[in-house]
Amino acid sequence: MGSSSSLSALHREKAAHWLLAGVACTALCVLCAIMIFLFAEGLPLFFEYSPVQFFGGKFWYPTSEPPEFGILALLAGSVSVMLLATAIAAPLGVLTAAYLTEIARPAVRRVVKPFVELLAALPSVVIGFFGMVVVAPWMQETFGLNTGLNLLNAALMLAFMSVPTICSIAEDALFAVPRSLREASLALGATRWETTFRVVLPAALSGIGTALMLGMSRAIGETMVVLMVAGGAAMLPGSIFDPVRPMPASIAAEMAEAPFRGEHYHALFAIGLVLFLFTLCFNLAASFIAERYKQTGSSAL
Amino acid sequence: MSISTARNRHRTEFLMFGVLRLSALINIAALLGICVFLVVQGAPAITWEFLSQPPRRMMTAGGVWPCIVGTLLLSCGALLVAFPTGVATAVYLHEYAGRSPFARVIRLGVANLAGVPSVVFGLFGLAFFVTWCGFGVSILSGILTLAALTLPVVIGTAEEALRQVPDTYREASLALGATKWQTIGRVVLPSALPGMLTGAILGVARAAGETAAIMFTAAVFYTPKTPDSIFSAVMALPYHMYVLATAGTDIEKTRPLQYGTALVLIVLVLGMNIGAIVLRDRLRVE
Repeated sequence: MGSSSSLSALHREKAAHWLLAGVACTALCVLCAIMIFLFAEGLPLFFEYSPVQFFGGKFWYPTSEPPEFGILALLAGSVSVMLLATAIAAPLGVLTAAYLTEIARPAVRRVVKPFVELLAALPSVVIGFFGMVVVAPWMQETFGLNTGLNLLNAALMLAFMSVPTICSIAEDALFAVPRSLREASLALGATRWETTFRVVLPAALSGIGTALMLGMSRAIGETMVVLMVAGGAAMLPGSIFDPVRPMPASIAAEMAEAPFRGEHYHALFAIGLVLFLFTLCFNLAASFIAERYKQTGSSAL
Repeated sequence: MSISTARNRHRTEFLMFGVLRLSALINIAALLGICVFLVVQGAPAITWEFLSQPPRRMMTAGGVWPCIVGTLLLSCGALLVAFPTGVATAVYLHEYAGRSPFARVIRLGVANLAGVPSVVFGLFGLAFFVTWCGFGVSILSGILTLAALTLPVVIGTAEEALRQVPDTYREASLALGATKWQTIGRVVLPSALPGMLTGAILGVARAAGETAAIMFTAAVFYTPKTPDSIFSAVMALPYHMYVLATAGTDIEKTRPLQYGTALVLIVLVLGMNIGAIVLRDRLRVE
């Protein structure tokens, strides 16, 4: 073999390396492009409409004359639905994870885990549909409400969408807790529940924190469920039975009618930008918790 | 310690383990509840006509054939773009970059891309592919938007598959004089491929069930013609379902069609997911 062929082999190696590095940037580029286009289409709103009015205004009347683009009610809708959904999903997800790692025998685990994974796979439009045709009439009947399409219904449906996210990450965290900690606790005479609750769960707390952050991010960004079952009224919710209009629902419902590059169009992109920044914060917080409080062997406690 | 406190502690344990079991059971019940409900309500609507005909009479009769075609075109097209990109990213991250700062930035980008809400992907697709690139509301715009959305799924599973390949394989290949690129191409990738396939299936399933990302970019309420190029708009199952359930001409009258569409959609999506889970479990056993 001549030196020229080994030289070309070297070139090939170099080329492969750079090519892969280039392709690997795609995800990052897409993320940046999303940010750039949200800013480009969202910021023009503020040439004509004051940001104070946008964030502080209680009235979302995009089609009246003059239009009002106050997103406070939408923001309140999003945050309240997210908090209620997380309040339901967090215990359910973490306890399910604890069941899978601490109690279930391997054979049972192999059956239960796919169910949780399949729950995550259900298309959101199907869950929204279920909320509309089953949960809403039931809620209306049981609680004697004007409409079953409300905050509680949306939060309930969203909870089932974020349980798998919370469960699978919390499960990884619990699984990573070293066996020696459990054995030490049991050897001291603690019951298995006491071991789970006082030793294993605290040791996995950072992982559970990450799980909650990602669950919340999932809940605030979910669109179809809140579009179909939250009721769609752009007002500040007074109780959990009030209809709300979270931010993603507004975007999805109104984009088709908004005149291209009109004020309304820009306002919807501005909402998209707010939503994006919200989820970005949750995701960065999740990465930060995961990095900062990394569980490393028995030094986790 | 007295016997009664010990008994109390064991009673607490029994009770709390019951709570844990119950929460696991709630998940199973929720999934089964939704599936059984849709199967029972939707099965009567599933006929050969429903599966093979386009909608008729203002969507109140006929079938969902164009929606099935549209959904398959969009999701498989998205995978065609996302799979090579995702695998290349995973190979770079796992085989070349390791823990370098550049790799950390990319990983952070992937993690955050995974968290972007689907409706924001829809806005991005509208602003970038539909308007800026001038693709219009079309299959191409939808495919590219969905590809961006499924990319993190593909990267994650592909990297996991690479992690499963024992280092001894790489070392053996390198020791025989193969270059790094040859090792990756002839040794690492072939043994990681089955694991990557599960990621590919999950990616298609995710794209097939997605609604918010395609409602501004690819899907339309009704189009009489079957798509003849990548620049045509299509009908898609999830969007069709949403429109029928919320904005149809007669919502109550089209209920059977809605149940039928929902059933077709979950059979498609859950079927693919079950396939991926089975494939993964078989790989683990080996």
